[in-house]
Amino acid sequence: MHTKKEEFLAGVHSGIPICLGYIAVSFTFGIMAKNAGLSVWEAVLISAANLTSAGQFAGLSLIVSGSSLLEMAATQFVINLRYSLMSCSLSQKLDQSAPFFHRFFMAYGVTDEIFGVSVCREGPLSPFYSYGLISVAAPGWTLGTFLGIVSGSILPERLIRALSVALYGMFIAIIIPPARGNRVIAGIVAVSMILSLIFTEVPFLGSISSGFRIIILTLLIGGAAAFLFPLREETEVAEDES
Amino acid sequence: MNPEVLLYILVMAGVTYLIRMLPLTLIRKEIKNVYIRSFLYYVPYVTLSVMTFPAILTATGSIYSALAGFAAALILSYFRKSLITVSLVASLCVFLVELF
Repeated sequence: MHTKKEEFLAGVHSGIPICLGYIAVSFTFGIMAKNAGLSVWEAVLISAANLTSAGQFAGLSLIVSGSSLLEMAATQFVINLRYSLMSCSLSQKLDQSAPFFHRFFMAYGVTDEIFGVSVCREGPLSPFYSYGLISVAAPGWTLGTFLGIVSGSILPERLIRALSVALYGMFIAIIIPPARGNRVIAGIVAVSMILSLIFTEVPFLGSISSGFRIIILTLLIGGAAAFLFPLREETEVAEDES
Repeated sequence: MNPEVLLYILVMAGVTYLIRMLPLTLIRKEIKNVYIRSFLYYVPYVTLSVMTFPAILTATGSIYSALAGFAAALILSYFRKSLITVSLVASLCVFLVELF
């Protein structure tokens, strides 16, 4: 077992690419918030309180169009529902001996990126690893928003585009190494990418929002994989204790 | 700060937090069912793959720079390079290809 401090520092280290990618993406959010007429602190508060990309962009357009609060709640629910799947997965990964209250704080940081990095960490997940990730990722997200709305154009667009690939690069770095040594995971990755492409390109399927595409494909592919290749109890336990 | 906007932000953040918090706090015990365990174990690989592809191809200024970044990330991660290395080199490749 690592100490709390070691877990935290390891999280900080792995959080750096998330932070860079977040600055790029939230920079764009800041610019859009400015165009929408929001004040600097309103935009920064949205980013600090929500820590989510698609939900914030959608929320911004609802604020501008003066939608009802109910509509806002429903939209956020639909767009962000994928996080509940991730939280279910995290609930099993979490170190069972960690005090319960940590779950309330960890929940704040369940984003696509923080989830991806935490859930693929070897062994049971320490809350302090998550806190390490959050402590660099969340400020990056908020800072990017601030810079975007204050400057409008400090970062050249080319740099933003390059950095926004950082998050995808990170996802790839998470899924490829385990796929290399495990045919089931390799198959899942390949099938997921192919079906995702089909869901994006085929006319009717393409109209499904990205949030729901993730949910549908996760239930479909994850469910099929669990049915066809259930984990053998011994191998799981051995992994957990290493 | 406009109070109306503040109310919107409160609703947004509240709903988003509950979505994240409820499963994490309601599922307190280790799930014993092998199918559900297996499903939850496979979840991240599906979600991360679906989020990455084909979205990465349209994340940059051109398909060529995107492909360069994608290829770089695939190759480096195959050789188990760290998250930071993979994401920075992928970004660098995009940046360089877009210079031409």
